[in-house]
Amino acid sequence: MNSIYNYIKDILNALRSLWGGMRITGKYFISPGQIVTEQYPENRATLKMTDRFKGEIIMPHDDNNQHRCTGCGICEINCPNGSIKVLTERIPNEEGKMERVLTQHIYHLDMCTFCGLCVKTCPSAALDYGKRFEHSVFDRSKLTKTLNQPGSSLKKEKKV
Amino acid sequence: MSKMYDFSQLTGAIDAYLRANMSPGWAVFTELVIIGLVALLLYALVGLFLVYLERKVCAIIQNRYGPNRVGPFGLFQTVADLIKLLMKELIPIARADKFLFNLAPFIVIIVSFMTLAAMPFALGLQAIDLNIGVLYVLAVSSLGVVGILLAGWSSNSKYSLIGAIRSGAQIVSYELSVGLSLLTVIIFAGSMQLSEIVASQADGWWLFKGHIPAFAAFLIFLIASTAEINRGPFDLAEAESELTAGFHTEYSGIKFAFFFLAEFMNMFIVAALGVTVFLGGWMPFHVGNWEGFNQIMDFIPPLVWFTLKTFFVIYLIMWFKWTFPRLRIDQLLTLEWKYLMPLCLINLVIVAFLVMMGWHF
Amino acid sequence: MTMSEEIIIKDIIVGESEDYMINVGPQHPSTHGVLRLEVCLQGETVKYLIPHIGYIHRGIEKMCEFDTYSQIIHLTDRMDYLSAHMNNEAVCLMVENALQVEVPERVKYIRTILDELNRLASHQLWWAAFGMDLGALTTFFYGLRDREKILDIFEESFGSRLLHSFNYPGGLMHDVHPNFQKRTKEFLSYFRKKLPEYNQLLTDNVIFHQRSKGIGYMSKETAIAYGVTGPSGRGSGFSCDVRKYAPYSAYPVVKFEEKLRTEGDTFARYLVRMDEMVESMNIIEQLVDNIPEGDFTAKMRPVLKLPAGEYFQRVETARGELAIYLVSDGNKTPYRMKFRSPNFSNLFVLNKITAGGKIADLVAVSGSLDLVIPDIDR
Repeated sequence: MNSIYNYIKDILNALRSLWGGMRITGKYFISPGQIVTEQYPENRATLKMTDRFKGEIIMPHDDNNQHRCTGCGICEINCPNGSIKVLTERIPNEEGKMERVLTQHIYHLDMCTFCGLCVKTCPSAALDYGKRFEHSVFDRSKLTKTLNQPGSSLKKEKKV
Repeated sequence: MSKMYDFSQLTGAIDAYLRANMSPGWAVFTELVIIGLVALLLYALVGLFLVYLERKVCAIIQNRYGPNRVGPFGLFQTVADLIKLLMKELIPIARADKFLFNLAPFIVIIVSFMTLAAMPFALGLQAIDLNIGVLYVLAVSSLGVVGILLAGWSSNSKYSLIGAIRSGAQIVSYELSVGLSLLTVIIFAGSMQLSEIVASQADGWWLFKGHIPAFAAFLIFLIASTAEINRGPFDLAEAESELTAGFHTEYSGIKFAFFFLAEFMNMFIVAALGVTVFLGGWMPFHVGNWEGFNQIMDFIPPLVWFTLKTFFVIYLIMWFKWTFPRLRIDQLLTLEWKYLMPLCLINLVIVAFLVMMGWHF
Repeated sequence: MTMSEEIIIKDIIVGESEDYMINVGPQHPSTHGVLRLEVCLQGETVKYLIPHIGYIHRGIEKMCEFDTYSQIIHLTDRMDYLSAHMNNEAVCLMVENALQVEVPERVKYIRTILDELNRLASHQLWWAAFGMDLGALTTFFYGLRDREKILDIFEESFGSRLLHSFNYPGGLMHDVHPNFQKRTKEFLSYFRKKLPEYNQLLTDNVIFHQRSKGIGYMSKETAIAYGVTGPSGRGSGFSCDVRKYAPYSAYPVVKFEEKLRTEGDTFARYLVRMDEMVESMNIIEQLVDNIPEGDFTAKMRPVLKLPAGEYFQRVETARGELAIYLVSDGNKTPYRMKFRSPNFSNLFVLNKITAGGKIADLVAVSGSLDLVIPDIDR
């Protein structure tokens, strides 16, 4: 008798647990308002990344096309896998002294691991994170970017 | 009831027209061709729609959209998939039994066609109305096992063989429960002819008239038929996440499309069978003496009733699949032989007793 | 007549070369990573299995010998990527303890909160993948949907969702976003309502009970012998929580329980992780309102040189105990850095606990051990 009672109890418990699971999925079936998918290419106009989103490394230029990179190369030293190459040259400045000036700040987007050490250790805060994330290209050489824009110069900070 | 359109008027008119214009032999042949074409069309359309429906239902349960780019609301997604499958390379298998390998998908498709023929879609809209209708449907659907076993064996791959043998064992076991649960309603209705069973539900569906035993039988039928069609929590044979895809691993292109389509059409057929036997077929939903309500319900044509009910049962089957984890093969067989079969037999005895005493509605 | 060769693992003969072997992997349909299991079957039963690893070996330990201590952090991210923050924290703690630097209280609290959030996210992903392995495909989407909320918190503060590299020897790279507390509290109230749904969907399910109770039994002695730590070990009664035995960061001030179960089967390991999710939420709740104000980093020299010697640091990741053993010769790069990864020890107990079971149980057991293969291969 006991075994029959257990048998029936098993069946009823099983049905109850199965119905419990079905209620959860059934609840989501009748509420299409819970859909969480972002309709990506269509919502590009309103899509805004967070402030600190690490899309790529950029060198911010202000309205006069000036950046803050002195070409010191500290970012290049700190980069763990050599994604940054800083090319400089020495030209005489206004006072006639030879000064190091940035010619090209080469950044390999295809090797960067986004560790953030270059942004953190830059003494002049010249680098920052960009918000673009659509980097797919057909040609790998397009991923080697030059961060300083053509014709830009160093913004001289007045020492107070 | 008298307002219900009898399709036998339409079929009788076509028959008379054909016989008037050609010899009886040719008339019959033309009718067969017409039925064949209609069935093909139905098969193709319903199959395509069901694939789309499954993806949409699955998606909404999972809080996402499902196909919504190909065509409005993604309706042409299945068409795109079909074109893709048609364009795929049919990979020939080395040392496989070529004749059996090519035969297997056809067996599976032909079997589901044959069962489709016996379903009553509306009053008079039935291709074959045998007086052993239920037995015919059960017998023909058993032939599907042959197709699966042939597919697994002729693929010459150990994964396919394991999957096919498991699937064969599963289908053969669960046929018993399907048959026994249908037997309860046959006892209630007193006939195996499908149109008779539907007609006997004119004053109420057997699910309600047969109260508890009929409800238990319906539940067992749902579970057993989900296992029959290799779906839902019983899809160990094909959705094995470590043994690739079971018996249809080695099939590609249109042959795979056959297996795939046959699975969805089997779902439709099993749902149609359940609806015919338990849920009143094409009978509208009447409640007792509510005349006004009944008259409103009568306005909806029987074909629409049949479709709605079938899709409701199909939705139940899909709901099972997307909620539950899979059963292991020995748990599957335990469920059938130790739980469903004894319950079916007990149910049968109870129903026989009920009918004898007249204790049903 | 072919001579059947004996298959020998560690001087113990386990089988013959004529046994029926099938390969599971390296490409898994389930989401564990690139692991090849050579399984010997006898009918439906597993006789023994041989794991083959190394498909995702990237030489992280060797690379550490050429990187300074602040550059090593982004490499440890990529070992067990689901507990990225705890891996980073291990390196930072080791450097800070070696240089005897006292980090501000604010840093300790934030590190612990982020640890627990990371643990929650990892367990959510584990639950999602475990349900999917067993066939309940909707659990994948529910688990990931809720994990997105944690990843949004991470993205707002760090800029990246999975591999943060947020820790830095001496503190953090920069301060957390001002919204951090608010969003964490919102998430906690949201997830506390969702967790009963998880239980209703999978934990109470009779089919799930049959697939996991009594499957893959691991005794406590086996767990200790193989060094199975983390929730997998705690499911067998092996009390091994580093947060209790060698507390670091803000764990000394937090009250929480180490969840232990003694049954040792898949269901016990499952329940331990579900309980840990609740415990993580309790820990975060205790800390999130009380973050002290202060600096986000201590003053560190730009170039870090650890004095020559050997150093050791343990943390509790979501999968077990991660330990780092460092030999330094006084330079700014380590001489040798050895990671004791939890998944390496957890993997090799698979042979012992699946022997004699069915092949369908292999999937359930390896899902319950929660393996992340890049951690094994490093």
